[in-house]
Amino acid sequence: MSAETRETSYREAVREAIRDALRRDPRVFLMGEDVGRYGGCYAVTKGLYDEFGPERIRDTPLSESGFTGAGIGAAMGGMRPIVEIMTVNFSLLALDQIVNNAATIRHMSGGQLNVPVVIRMACGAGRQLAAQHSHSLEAWYAHIPGIKVVAPATLEDARGMLWTALEDPDPVVIFEHVMLYNRTAQLASDAGPVSIEGAAVRRAGGDLTLITYGGSLYKTLEAAEALAGEGIAAEVIDLRSLRPLDDATIMASVARTHRALIVDEGWRSGSLAAEISARIMEQAFWELDAPVGRVCSAEVPIPYPKHLEDAALPQVEGIVAAAKAVTGR
Amino acid sequence: MTDTKLHLNREHALHLLREMLRIRRFEERCAELYTEEKIRGFLHLYIGEEAIAVGVMQCLTPEDAVVATYREHGHALARGMPMTRMMAEMYGRQEGCSRGRGGSMHLFDAASRFYGGNAIVGGSLPLAVGLALADKMRGRQQVTACFFGEGAAAEGEFHESLNLAALWQLPVLFVCENNLYAMGTALERSESETHIFRKAQSYKVEAEAVNGMDVLAIEVAARRGVAAIRAGGGPRFLECQTYRFRAHSMFDAQLYRDKAEVEAWREKGPVLRFGHWLEETGMLDPAGRARIEAEIEAELATAVAFAEQGTWEPVEDLTRDVYTERLA
Ligand SMILES: Cc1ncc(C[n+]2csc(CCOP(=O)(O)OP(=O)(O)O)c2C)c(N)n1
Repeated sequence: MSAETRETSYREAVREAIRDALRRDPRVFLMGEDVGRYGGCYAVTKGLYDEFGPERIRDTPLSESGFTGAGIGAAMGGMRPIVEIMTVNFSLLALDQIVNNAATIRHMSGGQLNVPVVIRMACGAGRQLAAQHSHSLEAWYAHIPGIKVVAPATLEDARGMLWTALEDPDPVVIFEHVMLYNRTAQLASDAGPVSIEGAAVRRAGGDLTLITYGGSLYKTLEAAEALAGEGIAAEVIDLRSLRPLDDATIMASVARTHRALIVDEGWRSGSLAAEISARIMEQAFWELDAPVGRVCSAEVPIPYPKHLEDAALPQVEGIVAAAKAVTGR
Repeated sequence: MTDTKLHLNREHALHLLREMLRIRRFEERCAELYTEEKIRGFLHLYIGEEAIAVGVMQCLTPEDAVVATYREHGHALARGMPMTRMMAEMYGRQEGCSRGRGGSMHLFDAASRFYGGNAIVGGSLPLAVGLALADKMRGRQQVTACFFGEGAAAEGEFHESLNLAALWQLPVLFVCENNLYAMGTALERSESETHIFRKAQSYKVEAEAVNGMDVLAIEVAARRGVAAIRAGGGPRFLECQTYRFRAHSMFDAQLYRDKAEVEAWREKGPVLRFGHWLEETGMLDPAGRARIEAEIEAELATAVAFAEQGTWEPVEDLTRDVYTERLA
């Protein structure tokens, strides 16, 4: 028996998650630049200011380090803040707080203090926003012990990961790919919290494993569909959590398919794709029938014109071609 | 509520001296232990600046919060952290206040709301803003005291934090310990406006400069500030003018300042001056002084013994507490 569903956008799913969290727990509040009166730079928080007021939907000045640190401090002080940073590019101005404080304080204090903060930010390219608004720096964050990093790609995850992240005693960074906000799908009207741990197999197949996350999931699923038309059954894994990585799901799949291709919008050098490839080599080398493949962004600052932006990013045709190369067809 | 008045009876005056001396003797011993290689890493001494931590702490309740820098031994002691657990931390022992993982620069104590020991210049100011925001949103009448050096005033986080605290009228007492040098960089070589309190005023934060060598002046100013904050008046800012008598850390050859300058400041030292004043007013005699010194010596001996007997955290626990272990 399935619950009633409703056509919903990713944006609405995130908004509903925030609304739900604010209703569930008086300690929850949201702060960031233009989250209130403006309604959020990607319109995620539209309407919430009127509903919850300026205390809980708190507009901040342009002070990424200041308000992210304030979120960390407020979390230590007993609140459950959701800090919204407009995009991952601007989060670089808050890296000090995230890396030197949020990630360290529990361990460095000998386990005395927790930092239950949630930091949400948009990431990724595709809107012709050029080289300072289009980064995929998830791998940098996934590098840091002490924080958890998730990338909801589906509506269920966009709707469900936030509350679980807020209940987590440790800092959680949530990446929302900008190309997902307008995506719509059917979402159960009773959709609620989901685990923030573990990867999910989004499509089953026996010939090769496509591993991806976030904004690249749909391109990868499209590629899998195209491959199916050519008689190649691709399994698609959505990582969901970028730190920790779900090695078990990846290795189990590779043990079935013996071939793997990683699709990652980050730059190839030092990427998540590199990390996953290394782990497959360490843990499943003898299962492999071919070298692990990677489809990543071209190593350039993301350019403005559409044709160049497209050329810089992983695309369906490129994924299909790389998958065929890995399968030797 | 914080009493706005300073009640200077003999008992309180001797308490202030005692607290400053505890810090002084603790750190002198730390310097020795450093040369014996019992304490390693960075060690930043607060010697010369003790009046500030001691004066301000008199005005806080146990529910208030404290945020400090890597030069925080004095603040931790004055806040009431046991010297034993502090010394064990200096040694890196697991009996230390941060399980030995932080060392000198990262003293933490959840019980006394002591939120560290932060070694990123300016990095702790946003935390203080957040702690105060939590208190304000929960309707608690608590104050967060945030200590930092004048070097932090050049960091963006200083300005962001002052603006946020003023904009949201948060209960933060900002305490700038202006010892004139950020490592080897003299204030006038790094700031166009050398009156740090004026920077705070530009954010509409009530701010004043105080003689940081005078524990009574500090306590009076802090009492005023804390009372105003508790009454809902938003943040306050104290620029405490002081001087660090010792090197920046144990690695500093002090090429950037004259010995004569250091000597001149030593004459104005907070412990020296206050001790003389107590003697002049008849509140302290040599026997009384000796008694205090003996008590501190005993406390220190216990602390060193505690640290010496401390144990190393087992290597198996290396990654414990990176994340919260949750019971399934
Ligand atoms: C962001 C950052 N930059 C540089 C340093 C290196 N550093 C440590 S202490 C210090 C001087 C700070 O001076 P001040 O804030 O006046 O405090 P003081 O050491 O005099 O107490 C510097 C440059 C640091 N720890 N953090």
